[in-house]
Amino acid sequence: MERTEDLIELCLLIGKMMMQNGAETYRVEDTMTRIAQSFGRDEAQSYVTPTGIVFTISPGAPAKLVRISDRATNLEKVKLANNVSRNITSGDMSIQEAYKELRKIETSPTDYSMLMQIIAATLASGFFSIMFQGSWYDFLPACIAGGLGFIALINFIRLFEIKFVAEFIASLMIGFTAFFLFSLGIGEEVDKVVVGSVMPLVPGLLITNAVRDLMAGHLISGLAKGAEAFLTAFAIGAGIAVMFALF
Amino acid sequence: MLIEHIIASFFASAAFGIIFQAPRNTLIKCGLVGMIGWVIYISLVWEEVDSVPATLIASFVIAMVSQMLARMYKTPMIVFSVAGIIPLVPGSLAYDAMRSFVQNDYSLAISIAAKAFMISGAIAFGLVFSEVINQILKKMRRTKAQVR
Repeated sequence: MERTEDLIELCLLIGKMMMQNGAETYRVEDTMTRIAQSFGRDEAQSYVTPTGIVFTISPGAPAKLVRISDRATNLEKVKLANNVSRNITSGDMSIQEAYKELRKIETSPTDYSMLMQIIAATLASGFFSIMFQGSWYDFLPACIAGGLGFIALINFIRLFEIKFVAEFIASLMIGFTAFFLFSLGIGEEVDKVVVGSVMPLVPGLLITNAVRDLMAGHLISGLAKGAEAFLTAFAIGAGIAVMFALF
Repeated sequence: MLIEHIIASFFASAAFGIIFQAPRNTLIKCGLVGMIGWVIYISLVWEEVDSVPATLIASFVIAMVSQMLARMYKTPMIVFSVAGIIPLVPGSLAYDAMRSFVQNDYSLAISIAAKAFMISGAIAFGLVFSEVINQILKKMRRTKAQVR
């Protein structure tokens, strides 16, 4: 009995971790049922949505639920969780060992410092404005606007914990910086600057994942991700539009 | 200028790898995958192919390359495909559509939003299609092994 409980907890923990850090819905379901199968539980069922996971190990057993409240993208953790699941299914790791390992991964600090992420967002903004047919004159203002926007985003998310508001303020910041620099004569096309610098905020991955989940038949996941993406796009659009109206 | 796009897409994709916290040793591969996808996309667009089929082809190639890398390095495919897909994603269109909505230009907003939806559909279709081909290849290999 003890062992069954542990197995259920392990499956839920790994599923939660993967979903929280941006793994695909089908991969999470697949991982959970595969781990259960490797311990001879062929009738395990999982139901995964972006906001919660339901899992039951056998038809007679009660179902368990975990809620997922915050989601981010951390591919390193997805990879590590995947390695753990690989080790379990190949029989190299016991349930207890795996559980301990997952807890360690869950609380481990992120690999990249804040500063490095800000630099990455800054450069990405600049290069995206080039890719969207901007000229090199737009590179610098896009970097500045994108970097400041990203700094605003990470700080305001900590402050209110409402993603929508933080994204709105970050895009206000981007809009203000871009238009302000443009009025000083820095940058050639303000549109390219803005488009490039909002890229780090834009819910590109969510939009694509939403359509992909819908195609795979994960209808609830698809709609939930679509709604999240829509809210973010709305926040960004509204923030920039306010600046358009002001300048 | 193609060289500009090669450089910009490599660094933009690798930078997105950092934002998404991809494992350190995969960053260069992330950049390369993104570069390959973007170069295919932009050269097709310059040849006056419509952006929807261009996106479809590029995302298919990205997914194939990501799958190959995933198998080589025993890493989930999403680590490579995400950073590679980002340049193709209609983020700027989604933003354009939203901007038109809040500026009361509804007809323009709807048409841009439809385009963004088509492009994200094309990306998803490219990913799914490459997975289907991968599964067929796997099955073929398995039956061959059984015949032997």
